[in-house]
Amino acid sequence: MTMQPASTEITSRTAAIIQEMKGLEGPLLPILHGIQEEFGHVPKDALPVIAEALNISRAEVHGVVSFYHDYRSHPAGRHVLKLCQAESCQSMGSDAIAAKLKQLLGIGFHETTRDGSVTLEPVYCLGLCACSPAAMLDGEVIGRLDDEKLDEIVAEVRS
Amino acid sequence: MIPRIYIPADSGALALGAEKVAKAIAGELAERGIEAKIVRNGSRGAYFLEPMVEVATANGRIAYGPVKPSDVKSLFDSGFLTGGHHKRWLGTPDKIPFLAKQTRLTFARCGVTDPLSLESYKKHGGLNGLTNALALTPAATVAQVTESGLRGRGGAGFPTGIKWKTVLDTAGDRKYIVCNADEGDSGTFADRMIMEGDPFVLIEGMTIAGIATGATKGFVYVRSEYPHAVAVMNKAVEIARKAGVLGASVLGSPYAFDMEIRVGAGAYVCGEETALLDSLEGKRGMVRAKPPLPAHKGLFGKPTVINNVISLASVPVIMDKGAAYYKDFGMGRSRGTIPIQIAGNVKYAGLFEAAFGMTLGEIVDEIGGGTATGRPVKAVQVGGPLGAYFPRALFDTPFDYEAFAAKDGLIGHAGVVVFDDTADMLKQARFAMEFCAIESCGKCTPCRIGSTRGVETIDRIVAGIEPEKNLALVTDLCNTMKFGSLCALGGFTPYPVMSSITHFPDDFKPAPVRVAAE
Repeated sequence: MTMQPASTEITSRTAAIIQEMKGLEGPLLPILHGIQEEFGHVPKDALPVIAEALNISRAEVHGVVSFYHDYRSHPAGRHVLKLCQAESCQSMGSDAIAAKLKQLLGIGFHETTRDGSVTLEPVYCLGLCACSPAAMLDGEVIGRLDDEKLDEIVAEVRS
Repeated sequence: MIPRIYIPADSGALALGAEKVAKAIAGELAERGIEAKIVRNGSRGAYFLEPMVEVATANGRIAYGPVKPSDVKSLFDSGFLTGGHHKRWLGTPDKIPFLAKQTRLTFARCGVTDPLSLESYKKHGGLNGLTNALALTPAATVAQVTESGLRGRGGAGFPTGIKWKTVLDTAGDRKYIVCNADEGDSGTFADRMIMEGDPFVLIEGMTIAGIATGATKGFVYVRSEYPHAVAVMNKAVEIARKAGVLGASVLGSPYAFDMEIRVGAGAYVCGEETALLDSLEGKRGMVRAKPPLPAHKGLFGKPTVINNVISLASVPVIMDKGAAYYKDFGMGRSRGTIPIQIAGNVKYAGLFEAAFGMTLGEIVDEIGGGTATGRPVKAVQVGGPLGAYFPRALFDTPFDYEAFAAKDGLIGHAGVVVFDDTADMLKQARFAMEFCAIESCGKCTPCRIGSTRGVETIDRIVAGIEPEKNLALVTDLCNTMKFGSLCALGGFTPYPVMSSITHFPDDFKPAPVRVAAE
């Protein structure tokens, strides 16, 4: 089980991020990105701190956090694997790749393996359409996925 | 002279192993005690040759590709630093047919120069456009851009100069230039390539836009799926600021302009300009009703130019070589060049910049070389997830805004995704609806509810429940979405759906019939 920081700690670390970004025009998204980078997700306890600092309602902050696919309500696995499922990758068999990967990892999309090693997510285009099917593992791009590369990915996330 | 080796750091090249190649080359240099400079350039866009390594020789640049780490030792043994022969030898890059056939205006430097060297940028014609613009009145610069015939490369095709003129003519204590780099359309990667391979051209284009319209602040809204592009843009802005290209006095002129790079958060709809503005303001990416136009009331309610990356990156060459030069390329009302992105199941995938007017058939069959799988081409989706699927019968359509519209399609951001004959067009139509349902901002009913009902109705066709009646229902629903949606997400989702139904009716027949027909 991942240890969750205590709420007072979340409050103080959140406040520090807000302090750093508050001067920006339209600071909410940069603040949320900063918080997610700090905690690996956007903790619930951070929301009232942001609302207070930006003088907006908690509902508004929640509305923004829940609107965007990127913000997580829970920490992800140690690795995050994003598999492109958009048209270009579809034309090169990304459906079969997804099915195989789900089977190898024993999880579906938006799920994390029980050992917490990897979270699998669909993504709609990585801009690697000239080397489909494509994926992104912890921010590193991988093109022309095939069985061999899938095995390498699975070995890497399990190590 | 110390040898120079160019190894792309473009995401596409990295996805194909460029980093491992770079490490292997650096290792080999160290081992052999050879001193050389490794330049991490962008990609020239011939992805079937990536990672494409180039060396600067006495006879100009010589390319090798696609290079695998295991090739590196033998490359050195073959004397590749002086252009020696090797099985990966490609010769002069400009003479590689895929590159030789192109007209590179916007992408002239991409893959050639060091993306983060302002010196290299200037040496290749960079900042000439901005220097010329600084010598003109803002109105004269706007007139040049209008005269060039440049239209919005994000997809809508609205004349860029007209947009700029509206902002110039609108009074405001503060105005903004917003660059839409939320390139979410599948099959497109031109924005990513230019941001990673020639970031200064975008900075220059935005600065010209700022000076021409009276805006002093720019934002580039880059999607979070592009971490490499974000990193390069941030570094480039920093360099431009230090060099006085950005700041209180642009190149020593009385004009001020500065910019920031902002990162999206994974919402496709934020590629829609008004949703993008809301997102920049720190709100949910909800589409705004127009009017007011962003040119009148845009970011934070101020007059705002919002342009696509490629539109802005095409401005420097227009201001450098003149409106007439740019306008001379193209056909009809589509002037200049367009970076066509050939993707999906295609043999020679990559970016191909050319004047408007090539036919779809030339692009797919001649340039793209047909499918990667070697099977017949069944359909081509042009313009991203909201673009129509074209059958071979429409391959004579020239690449032109109006010509595509006349065939119930759109150019969009000029992505071309090729599918072979194993594609199931009903599945593709269903995906279009499903994608719209996932990504709808939820503001208007036709898009929010229509897309979900669309998926359900198509599922009933799959299940063989009153297929004809349900097909008629999908058609009716598409009509409602097309005319009743607030923006292109709901409004254009009918394109892939209806084109699939119209051009590939066999795929929509009930299951038993479909099986029997095979």
